[in-house]
Amino acid sequence: MNTLTRKHLLGLDGMNAEEINLILDTAETFKEVSERPVKKVPAMRGQTVVNLFFEPSTRTRLSFELAEKRLSADTVNFSASTSSVKKGETLRDTAENIQAMKIDMIVIRHGAAGAPHFLAGLLDASVINAGDGAHEHPTQALLDMLTLRERWGSLDGRKVVIVGDITHSRVARSNIFGLITLGADVWVCGPPTMIPPQLEDLGVRIEPDLREAVAGADAVNVLRIQLERQKVNLFPSLDEYSRVFGINNDVLRYAKPECIVMHPGPMNRGIEISQDVADGDHAVILEQVTNGVAVRMAVLYLLSGGEAPEGKSDRRELRTVREEPE
Amino acid sequence: MNSISKLTPETGEYVIANVNVVDPEARKVFPGCVGVKDGKIQFVDEGLAPPRTPGPIFDGEGLHLSPGFVDIHVHLREPGFEYKETVRTGSMAAAAGGFTSIACMPNTNPAIDERSVVEFIRKQARIAGLAKVYPVAAATVGRKGEQLTEYHELVGAGAVAVSDDGAPVASAGMVRRVLEYAHHCGIPLIEHCEDLSATGSGVMHEGFYSTKLGLSGVPAYSEQICLARDLLVLRTVPTRYHAAHISAKGSVDLIREAKRDGLPVTAETAPHYICFEDRDLETFNTNFKINPPLRSAEDREAIIEGLKDGTLDCIASDHAPHAPQEKEVEFEEAPSGTIGLETTFAVVATHLVNPGHLGLAEALAVITYRPADALGIPGGRLAPGQAADIVLFDLEEEWTVGEEDFHSLSKNSAFIGCTLKGRVKHTILDGVRVTSMLERV
Repeated sequence: MNTLTRKHLLGLDGMNAEEINLILDTAETFKEVSERPVKKVPAMRGQTVVNLFFEPSTRTRLSFELAEKRLSADTVNFSASTSSVKKGETLRDTAENIQAMKIDMIVIRHGAAGAPHFLAGLLDASVINAGDGAHEHPTQALLDMLTLRERWGSLDGRKVVIVGDITHSRVARSNIFGLITLGADVWVCGPPTMIPPQLEDLGVRIEPDLREAVAGADAVNVLRIQLERQKVNLFPSLDEYSRVFGINNDVLRYAKPECIVMHPGPMNRGIEISQDVADGDHAVILEQVTNGVAVRMAVLYLLSGGEAPEGKSDRRELRTVREEPE
Repeated sequence: MNSISKLTPETGEYVIANVNVVDPEARKVFPGCVGVKDGKIQFVDEGLAPPRTPGPIFDGEGLHLSPGFVDIHVHLREPGFEYKETVRTGSMAAAAGGFTSIACMPNTNPAIDERSVVEFIRKQARIAGLAKVYPVAAATVGRKGEQLTEYHELVGAGAVAVSDDGAPVASAGMVRRVLEYAHHCGIPLIEHCEDLSATGSGVMHEGFYSTKLGLSGVPAYSEQICLARDLLVLRTVPTRYHAAHISAKGSVDLIREAKRDGLPVTAETAPHYICFEDRDLETFNTNFKINPPLRSAEDREAIIEGLKDGTLDCIASDHAPHAPQEKEVEFEEAPSGTIGLETTFAVVATHLVNPGHLGLAEALAVITYRPADALGIPGGRLAPGQAADIVLFDLEEEWTVGEEDFHSLSKNSAFIGCTLKGRVKHTILDGVRVTSMLERV
């Protein structure tokens, strides 16, 4: 398998290991592109991508936009901080208008779970989910898995602990789906008010005690406390949260010495992650950001019909763009 | 014998022969014929020999014939939301689905909380002339849970029950007053069982699939808390109480216990709870967004069990029309509800009769005399002297539900794409074949 047969990337739920590894393999090749003096290949020349962001986002949007530009795609951004309903125009109308402008791909971030699925059912364009409500954030999980794979080669049997607000976290869900598919041993720890029902049926182990959860871990993925997402108070105070569920060097002593600490960002330093861990040797947070661009390049490229390069490719569409034609 | 399509409103006296008569109350299905005179049933005969009659004899072509169906929970949306449905279009849907009597819920705008609104709906129903429409009045003014509506006045105008449907009666204190006053008027309270604080921001059943899909969940106990509250009040104020659209296993258990204790409780479930589950929401299809939500496989089985042992008295469609622009939005933003009048019978046949959960006559009991009895309205029986409200259906016809099939103004059906077995062929209201009027439309 060296191409993706699916048209959309809506989530990692239902994606098999072969597909995930294809994306990660392709991302590894693309990583090299970002190291070049001229960071651009012609792989998506002539294709138009719209970044449709209905929720505020800095790094995900920036990361997608850089990925698109490094593939030579034409990109436009559409941001609306309010939901389509409040704005007066429906999501359907917004999408159909964009489609009428003949675009090839839509990257969508939306506060409502299922919004990308809704678009995928309506439009001819490929749809990439850049985060839908508390449902999925597949490219974030893919970049997390790329970061893990670079460390260990294989994720099989590796203990990965996801800590924090699982209920409201799309990062957690996509990570759970993907990590389990790749054979990791996934543990979850967080306030009981933020652990959704029957989570264990997804194949994860729930451990209420943070030190027990982290014991012998190969990686800890620290979720952001999303104060803006909480409709009711799900824990007593930030202070108590950081004392019971915050990741600090004391907690990390229970993990494997080479354990890595990930965070999808933006971090609340001193709440879910301590200053010294965020800046310490365990943290791979900036590697994640670097990998984010590569993973998104891979997803865009593969969904546009691209073939995975065999090793270091000298295929034309992956050669550096020296100069613009014309 | 004449083709039944020749049955015109002018035919005052006639016989429909060559049919399999279903008598839900007697639990009997037998080959026979039915005589109609002046809009009333004249006789129901067993056997194939055509009786002597001065009028024409119509050939039932071996179809099944049953009392016209009764749906005690539909939303006709008029007044106030005529872009979703009207009394006329809802009556068309009823006639197409074999329903001759329907009760409509008061969450209109204005709510059905005054005599004039009851009279208006009944007038619209008379003009449409396609189904008997029984308005359910609001239990409290504006369905706000603060002030009782004028029950005697509303009943005098034709209301048959009270309900704040769309929402529960607001508090235990108000439930008590509603029950006491309804008792004095001889009408039941139809309760929409939901604890709004337990529902919170939930948009689907809380369980494995809400966790998987990242949608906020409505716990099953949201329904049970409200039901349990009401049943406790009911123990001190024994009045007819009808629990609407029951969806959860725990609620079935509560009703079973209440019935065992002799409380005057009846309950309904809806067709979607017997054939769909929360897992069907994986497509984020907003037609599956319903309140109460489609629940787990275990709940679905308990609902079927409740119908089998009689804990649940009846099935009502909770026909809830919404316009396409309202449903074609993000799942969380979409209004709740599916239309159902035109698919209920086929769902009952496909999902209760075919798998052998209930015999044909038992299954039709839940959409004929039992819902009628729950509200104390006529209909649902085949007996001489009763109104000739009759439905003829083909139990073998398979069809795939498509948007184009619906007479309802709205097309938001969770059943679109489902292949069902069993289809209504003719609906007769007071002796008149109303399905012929749909053909002309």
